[in-house]
Amino acid sequence: MIHLVGDVDATAEDTLAAAFERAAAAGGGTVVLDFRRADYINSTGIALIVGLLGKARAQDLEVRATGLSEHYREIFEITRLSDFMTIEEGSAGA
Amino acid sequence: MPRSIRHRLDRRRPDAAPTVSPRAPAGADEPVKIAPGDPLLAYLESAGGPVEVDAIDLDSPALQALRDRGVKLAVPLVSHGELLGVLNLGARRSEQDYSGDDRRLLGQLATQASPALRVAQLVREQEAEAVTRQRFEQELEVARLIQQNFLPQELPDLPGWEIAAYYKPAREVGGDFYDVIPLPDNRVAFVVGDVTDKGVPAALVMSATRSVLRGAAVRLLEPGRVLEYVNDHLVPDMPAKMFVTCLYGVLDPRTGHLRFANAGHDVPYVKTADGVAELRARGMPLGLMPEMRYEEKETTLEPGDSVLLHSDGIVEAHDPAREMFGFPRLKETVASAPVGRAMIDRVLGDLDAFTGPDHEQEDDITMVSLTRVREELLARFDVASARCNEREVMERVAEVVTDRLDPARLDRLKTAVAEAAMNAMEHGNGYRADAPVHVEVRSDHAGVRVRIADDGGDVAQPVEAPDIEAKLAGRQTPRGWGLFLIEKMVDGVRESVEDGRHVVELVMRYR
Repeated sequence: MIHLVGDVDATAEDTLAAAFERAAAAGGGTVVLDFRRADYINSTGIALIVGLLGKARAQDLEVRATGLSEHYREIFEITRLSDFMTIEEGSAGA
Repeated sequence: MPRSIRHRLDRRRPDAAPTVSPRAPAGADEPVKIAPGDPLLAYLESAGGPVEVDAIDLDSPALQALRDRGVKLAVPLVSHGELLGVLNLGARRSEQDYSGDDRRLLGQLATQASPALRVAQLVREQEAEAVTRQRFEQELEVARLIQQNFLPQELPDLPGWEIAAYYKPAREVGGDFYDVIPLPDNRVAFVVGDVTDKGVPAALVMSATRSVLRGAAVRLLEPGRVLEYVNDHLVPDMPAKMFVTCLYGVLDPRTGHLRFANAGHDVPYVKTADGVAELRARGMPLGLMPEMRYEEKETTLEPGDSVLLHSDGIVEAHDPAREMFGFPRLKETVASAPVGRAMIDRVLGDLDAFTGPDHEQEDDITMVSLTRVREELLARFDVASARCNEREVMERVAEVVTDRLDPARLDRLKTAVAEAAMNAMEHGNGYRADAPVHVEVRSDHAGVRVRIADDGGDVAQPVEAPDIEAKLAGRQTPRGWGLFLIEKMVDGVRESVEDGRHVVELVMRYR
């Protein structure tokens, strides 16, 4: 499980990459992204998630997202990120 | 047995029950028509089986015609008491009379054939109806296509003005049209018109009117002269009983000055700070009489004012009790409605409530609204171009618009503002410390507008649309979502170069 705290933008690149490696190494076949405390996601952040989905695909890992606000869930749908990861319904603030 | 048996039936001609006789004197191939008042009709209907023609004693022209053709035996084809036709038989080949067996056989044949014939007749009737209906639908489709082809595909973008249009044809397409024509001297002409009649004829007259109007509009500046010219061109070729009503106005967007003339069209409303007024000008409809003169009137639209041009499909719509919507009701709606596009929505809402849910639209409905935007400057500030500073732009914009947008729209605008600011800082200003981005936030009757300017100078080149599958497959960079997101998030994006600065304007409507 990767907890995304604060902004998912350029500043998140290294943290996100390291967290992904740990989550992948832990086994279980699934990486869960927890967006409950991510209150700002921009296009750079979306690019990072696309990169992560690419890596997950190469390693045959499933990616799930939880805690997305309605606004970001819409963005995940518009960008079609949601076609390549499971978006879990869940209460979330803006 | 008979030499031949033939029959011919035509249910669609209820005035006569036709019969055909076999080999007989000249003209015998012609069916014998039994006139509605002929006593033979009632006789055959109630005969209950084959009858010998020579034994019938009636004063009947049809009977005489049968005899002239050498008919010996008439076999009525009756179904549900209704005579569908008659089998007429000539003399037997053996020259003997028809026997009792012959008649019984023929009677049975008639009893079994009649219902089958009735079914065949019904099928044929339905097929004919279907063809008629299909032809009618095709004609409507043609009318619709002509109509749509001659309506503007998009409305011109007039800085400081909002132009909105609505057009919905009735099922049986009427002759409504509207047009917005940019004129050579930066003025703009507005047209709303209605051709009497419906369907293809109305659509053709509409397309001719529109073409002549467009031609006149760009050459003649005075609205009255334009209508005179169009009228004189339409009169010679106008089909009988047809004419065109038309409101024509010319707007100077810089001053708000509107000059207009009216050829018998529904009077437009203007909504100002003082209330609602009618824009009246006298004139006869186009295409009726040559050399008509059209009165010209003028008014000046101030910021916040709105004009509504409309067609009679609105005021002449009926409620279930057949009461008309009418001008007073429309005027009330305009008075209580917000200006601009929302005014059109309000009229449609009120009309819908008036006509009720099961209403089929009787006539075309057309509206054009013309609104002089009144802007309010909510904020103007600069933010240094540095990584992550787009969040500051986003927060400061959100602060001044937060009570004007619902939470979902606010979120969308925030995302668009952040992306636009990030583009301006990174691509426009190259994150140079001495090159801030300039932000302005404005509001008007329709929504809020955020302008973000950088020193880039050039309008951005169109980029390849992001495709997540290509990105995951490594054929596209994972990045490149910015412009895509901006366009998806807001209601309008305008890019321009002003005073050497590259400007992106984001438009977010209130709803």
